[in-house]
Amino acid sequence: MTTDLTRAAAQLPQLAHPRNPGMALDLEWVAQAQANAPAIARRAASLPATRGVKKDHQAAWLCKAISLIDLTALSGDDTPGRVRRLCAKARQPVRPDLLAALGMEGLTTGAVCVYHEMVETAVRALDGSGIPVAAVSTGFPAGLSPYRLRLAEIGESVAAGASEIDIVISRRHVLTGDWQALYDEMCQMRQAAGSAHVKAILATGELGSLRNVARASLVCMMAGADFIKTSTGKEPVNATLPVSLTMIRAIRDYQDRTGFRIGFKPAGGISKAKEALVYLAMMKEELGHPWLQPDLFRFGASSLLGDIERQLDHHVTGCYSAANRHPLG
Amino acid sequence: MSVRDLFTAMSYGPAPDSPAEALAWIESHGGRLGHWIDGAFGTPDTAFAIANPATGAVLAHVAQGTAADVDAAVTSARHAQTEWAQRSGHDRARVLYALARLVQKHSRLLALLQTLETGKPLRDSHDADLPLVARHFSYHAGLAQLSGTEFPGLVPLGVCAAVIPWHAPLRMLAWKVAPALAAGNAVVLKPSRQTPLTALLFADLSRQAGLPPGVLNVVTGDGATGAALVAHPGVAKVAFAGSTKVGRQIRQAVAGSGKALTLMLGGASVVIVFEDADLDSAVEGVIDGVFTHHGQAGARLLVQEGLADRFHTKLRRRIERLRIGDPLDKCTDIGALPARPELDRIAHLVAATPGAELFRPAPPLADGRFCAPMLITGLSPASASMQDEIPGPVGVATTFRTPAEAVELANNSRHGLAASVWTENGSLALAVARKLKAGVVWINATHQFDAAAGFGGLRDSGFGRDGGLEGFRDWLKPAKAVPPPAPRLAPMPAPERPKAPDIDRTAKLFIGGKQVRPDGGGSRAVWSAQGRLLGHAPLGNRKDIRNAVEAARAATGWAATSGYNRAQVLYYMAENLSARAEEFAARLRDLTGTPGEAEVEAAICRLFDAAASAGSVEGRVKPAPFDGLVMALPGPMGVVGILCPDAAPLLGLVSLMAPAIAMGNTCVLVPSEPFPLAATDFCQVIETSDLPAGVVNLVTGAHRDLAPTLAGHMGVDAVWCFSGADLSAAIEAASAENLKRSWIGTGCEDASPAEVLRQAVEIRTVWAPAGV
Repeated sequence: MTTDLTRAAAQLPQLAHPRNPGMALDLEWVAQAQANAPAIARRAASLPATRGVKKDHQAAWLCKAISLIDLTALSGDDTPGRVRRLCAKARQPVRPDLLAALGMEGLTTGAVCVYHEMVETAVRALDGSGIPVAAVSTGFPAGLSPYRLRLAEIGESVAAGASEIDIVISRRHVLTGDWQALYDEMCQMRQAAGSAHVKAILATGELGSLRNVARASLVCMMAGADFIKTSTGKEPVNATLPVSLTMIRAIRDYQDRTGFRIGFKPAGGISKAKEALVYLAMMKEELGHPWLQPDLFRFGASSLLGDIERQLDHHVTGCYSAANRHPLG
Repeated sequence: MSVRDLFTAMSYGPAPDSPAEALAWIESHGGRLGHWIDGAFGTPDTAFAIANPATGAVLAHVAQGTAADVDAAVTSARHAQTEWAQRSGHDRARVLYALARLVQKHSRLLALLQTLETGKPLRDSHDADLPLVARHFSYHAGLAQLSGTEFPGLVPLGVCAAVIPWHAPLRMLAWKVAPALAAGNAVVLKPSRQTPLTALLFADLSRQAGLPPGVLNVVTGDGATGAALVAHPGVAKVAFAGSTKVGRQIRQAVAGSGKALTLMLGGASVVIVFEDADLDSAVEGVIDGVFTHHGQAGARLLVQEGLADRFHTKLRRRIERLRIGDPLDKCTDIGALPARPELDRIAHLVAATPGAELFRPAPPLADGRFCAPMLITGLSPASASMQDEIPGPVGVATTFRTPAEAVELANNSRHGLAASVWTENGSLALAVARKLKAGVVWINATHQFDAAAGFGGLRDSGFGRDGGLEGFRDWLKPAKAVPPPAPRLAPMPAPERPKAPDIDRTAKLFIGGKQVRPDGGGSRAVWSAQGRLLGHAPLGNRKDIRNAVEAARAATGWAATSGYNRAQVLYYMAENLSARAEEFAARLRDLTGTPGEAEVEAAICRLFDAAASAGSVEGRVKPAPFDGLVMALPGPMGVVGILCPDAAPLLGLVSLMAPAIAMGNTCVLVPSEPFPLAATDFCQVIETSDLPAGVVNLVTGAHRDLAPTLAGHMGVDAVWCFSGADLSAAIEAASAENLKRSWIGTGCEDASPAEVLRQAVEIRTVWAPAGV
């Protein structure tokens, strides 16, 4: 198996930025974290109207969004064939004629995200593309299987070739305020992942309050998470703008305090090109340009790509497009 | 740049909206617009150019209003108003509802035109202002519908003059025109010299809503046009929004005219950030409330000392990200200003202040019309820029140590418009919100408005409210004809051969809970109708007024007592007066020559009225479309100066004093000039009724001498005049300096308990958002 390191460098944070080593659990900082829900909701509501891109800028931003997608298949009925199809789509996310018209040949998605059993299939299917494979792990999505097995699962996925591990945290530690337990768990998961980079899924829809989201974000970063991620996509409420703002602000505070840059991955519920543009504008406004690269920002999405393809088709041809004119993943 | 280059750069690129629709409307009028009078555009004789502040390009020419134009507009309004007022509330509601719908249906056109003339970002016009405009007309359609049942006994004022500023012309138009029309008034609107086009467009559209000609007239022009309108004798009310300076001039101009007046004036708002606040949200609040939305005035930022550096760093970083430029571009946060703020003056002022640090990410562009916001840190309250009015997008920051100190610093200001409090501690937020001297307090928010929630200031920020039932009431008056001014009564003449009194009784002033001799050492003999010497009334002077106000200000703890507690004191006062009813009745008969029993009984009843109100007056929760509670809280104004009527010397005093103190005010009363001894006797009732010292102070003397001192005293928050002497012009002119509320009554009949209660409270709006 060969890996194109120059490509990988663009995707993996541990290669482009100094990797977050974590720090001792600072409970005082955690206790001070605040998130005023109504004020955050107001900012989130006004954000989409405050920034916009048109014409070529919009096409470029949509291509950027594609390059940031963790193209995802997380269903009980996934098969090797289904995953190979997904990987083919990751290599060629947009019809070649459209990419040629845009001058964006070679555009791929940021990664492919699958269950452990599908890691080897995906790694083989993506061989030579430089597209990393992310595995959801640790008893995804509930995170309630035996702790020993959850840790072991990480190691197995890494051994199978996953270079990114999306772990789920134990929501009960957040809901009971047991920050030490959350910190310890996260530290061990990070350790188990070795050189693979770790995205901590907070499952924000199950944390009860934005303040809990802020505090859980800080604890996971202190324990060495490379990315923090909103949701598994399986909770009743997944990525929302208020939740994302809360996590982004925690990332900014962590960088201010430690100097380390942590990535962000909203997942679940982002299915429209327009929403993706809002997220990109939010990252640019709140954290700056470095968070518009795949090493610090990903979308966890499956149906988003289809909408972006139609928008790009419209940009190139001037006609509104239809789904059947774009190849399935 | 190619898509691939842009893929790397990830810049926003231009995203401008086309102004074509708005320009086409201007073009449809040939680029020249006359006044809108009697439902039609006139032909402008002398016109001046309106320029787009963002480009300098001339948008249109509009007429310079003359005194004759103003007269034509007022005349048209007067004719139209009679019929408009006679319509049922339902008929008026239909028109207002149609206006609300028209605003919605033409929101893009209205927003574009407002952005062209004001230079404010289209997003602000379209997303922030226009929905509020539509909501204001819709809400007041509702009030028009309910006016007969909700406001019984009240009728419209007549022709109302509205004079509005440039920063949000459509919103200001709605705030004045919607309630005025809903109440049955006709309006002559004078928009800002810089931004008259939206008002003319609105008038043009109003035809489609079936608004009868003359009910709304628009006269364009400069300050001279506004002055002519304000001075016009056909105007029953002046509603002004704008600078404190012009507000003060208008207060003086209408003094003594009998015109109703509301002033919505500026003044720096206050933002208080406590250590447990969500700092990022507080930063956004400052951006939203101070640095964007075309603020005409800056803000004072009070930040708890321990986190000030962190907060200022976050705020500076956020300011740097603000985009200044083409107001029509979707990505613009700050557009161009039609009037150049004096930011350079502030910058020089800061440069000369040791320790002060100025943060200004970009110098003003294009002749100062595009202004980057400024943050000034390291100032102390004594710095000139903390005290002055702060023009434009400027935040002036200082620190505090404790909540009490934050409140003290916040209230250490001439202004009292809006404040916002940032803390995650709910009880702290409410405690601070209750103590702030501001017409509007936002908890963990800024810049929230709604038609149902009153907006307006205290102190130099003016008086009167826009929005809510309390605001609507300002566009109505009692249906009962105002009685003619009571004749000035003369004291009983001294007899040629005075009879000696049994034992000499020396009446004194009552100040700070003590009977004191007048500063000037003079007294006046008071005779009975039969020529008996009843005693000597002290002649108070300006120093006595000063001492009395000082005592009243020192007694502000009274405001913090419970309504229940105040009611107990008032009932006790009634009890003590009742116990001495015969004595007071005899005194009244001696003073006025008419039997006094009925007056004493009426005074006791008024004390019961006030006690009842003290224990039962309620605030309201507003039906604003807002997740949380929007509360209208009635509270005391502070120190009220009261000149009592000549007639009914006991009832006049009690009718005004009792509601004032029932609501938590303290007061300085100047009793009936011809018959002062009923009041000096009443001191003894006060002394035995457990009223804290200084809550009520009595200074007898000549009204004409004492009124200007009382009305001009900066420590007096409101002045009421029921004197038989014609003092309204003098009082209203003198009250202009600190813009205290004034209430000129023409007889005791005016002082119905409900009306006195309305005058005795200040309604403040508190916004408390909810959410997890």
